[in-house]
Amino acid sequence: MARAVTTRTKIGYTIAAWAVALVIFFPILYTIITSLKTEQEAISGFSLIPSFSTQSFSDVQSQNNYWRPFTNSVILAVGSTLLALVVAIPAAWAMAFSPTKRTKDILMWMLSTKMMPAVAVLVPIYLIFLRTGLMDTRIGLTILLMLINLPIVVWMLYTYFREIPGEILEAARMDGASLRDEIIHVLTPMAVPGIASTLLLNVILAWNEAFWTIQLTTTNAAPLSAFIASFSSPQGLFWAKLSAASVMAIAPILILGWFSQKQLVRGLTFGAVK
Amino acid sequence: MATRQTQSLARLMRAPAILLLLVWMVVPLAMTLYYSFLDYNLLNPGQTSWAGWFNYKFFYTDPAFFAAIGNTLLLVLGVLAITVIGGVAIALLIDRPIFGQGLVRILIISPFFVMPPVAALIWKNMIMHPSYGVFADVARFFGAQPVDWFAQYPLMSIILIVAWQWLPFATLILLTALQSLDREQIEAAEMDGAGAVNRFIHLVAPHMARAVTVVILIQTIFLLGVYAEILVTTNGGPGYASTNLTYLIYRAARLNFDIGGAAAGGIIAVVLANIVAIFLMRAVGKNLD
Repeated sequence: MARAVTTRTKIGYTIAAWAVALVIFFPILYTIITSLKTEQEAISGFSLIPSFSTQSFSDVQSQNNYWRPFTNSVILAVGSTLLALVVAIPAAWAMAFSPTKRTKDILMWMLSTKMMPAVAVLVPIYLIFLRTGLMDTRIGLTILLMLINLPIVVWMLYTYFREIPGEILEAARMDGASLRDEIIHVLTPMAVPGIASTLLLNVILAWNEAFWTIQLTTTNAAPLSAFIASFSSPQGLFWAKLSAASVMAIAPILILGWFSQKQLVRGLTFGAVK
Repeated sequence: MATRQTQSLARLMRAPAILLLLVWMVVPLAMTLYYSFLDYNLLNPGQTSWAGWFNYKFFYTDPAFFAAIGNTLLLVLGVLAITVIGGVAIALLIDRPIFGQGLVRILIISPFFVMPPVAALIWKNMIMHPSYGVFADVARFFGAQPVDWFAQYPLMSIILIVAWQWLPFATLILLTALQSLDREQIEAAEMDGAGAVNRFIHLVAPHMARAVTVVILIQTIFLLGVYAEILVTTNGGPGYASTNLTYLIYRAARLNFDIGGAAAGGIIAVVLANIVAIFLMRAVGKNLD
């Protein structure tokens, strides 16, 4: 028997839920509104109705060289994730389909590397970057972000691959499929959704990374997270501009994020909550 | 033989990931440990010498160190309290049949995708600014004196910002757990006359306990490393009022160029994180079998 829900209680819960949701979303909403105000409007008291000025958006792009950090963010986030996938796909594959007694230990050990606090290795990484000329380069940061997210990538892929039934492989082998056929025609189509999910979540994580990007970049390789952090001091009270820069920095990832709620749960709880 | 071939192929496929992570874990940590015993300042790199336990004694007897440990604990516990209690409440609310559930979920999850420097700047300027922020507008509307949040309550302000970022995560995880709860069991209990409170205590709460544990452990790992939120709001001040361990080590390394001291601080950060990690690994490990 389904629980009887009267329309009245449903409306009551709806109002409560929307109120909570709007309070939580309010800072983002207000930033979007402020980005559409003029600087004068932005500091003249609370108002939810902007004049829909796009001046701040064009100012940020022309005065602050916005597209360089944006390009860097794209390159770092996508580059580090692709690099991690190249290393992680074979590893996760092997662990899912040819598990040994030690597979579980290896997975747990990989997870444990993710627990290392970034600041504990700040000194050596900073010095290595200084001495090898990797400081403020995209390649250095791409490799670093790849290493940081590699454990999550391996784990996510492993949990997805493990759901692919092994019997399908055996059936394909019985039908005389070569390893190459097996990979191209049987496994790849089944693995693609899991790989896509992993890609999505890790692009988001890499895009929002703000410790290493601030420590290891100045101008050339600085992505949006470092750019925005340095935006704060000299730009003081130019709030419309600050809001426009913020909106441009978070919009792409916010939209990606809305599509990745399930992957988020899976990826960040290492499969412990489904 | 095919299986042996498969086994060695599997080993070959695992090797790059394992080797990379092994190097990534061992080399920097070994270097941190080594530096922690050196008297090494980047301003006088020529005068580097062996320091024994000096860095540890210096770092761990500094009043700033105890302030930072206290702040770290307050920050972690404060954010955990807000996000877990708030997350359970919100998850229970939006799990009800409501109009526009999908959109409500999207609005609630959004703060998680806002990068830390942006989140901190939004709150610092648009919401909590003592003269132009929304809080100040509200205070004036009620005829009260606006509060200078970051000067008067620096750590609490940062806790609020970080909690805003992590509340969506807790809510989403707890909602996922709630939705995997067996509906029929609840309905059966309902028909047997179990009230809402009893249903929560005996059915919902035990089912949620595991998810709450996972939320607490994962968030703790990330909360120990809060950095950008402090950098763009208070810079750790006034004094050391909002400096956590991560920020203290950052200051030692990057502002005082004290490599040895920062490394010694890093070692205790590792110890702290490991204590949490052990519990997390147990919680996750159970799920592997």
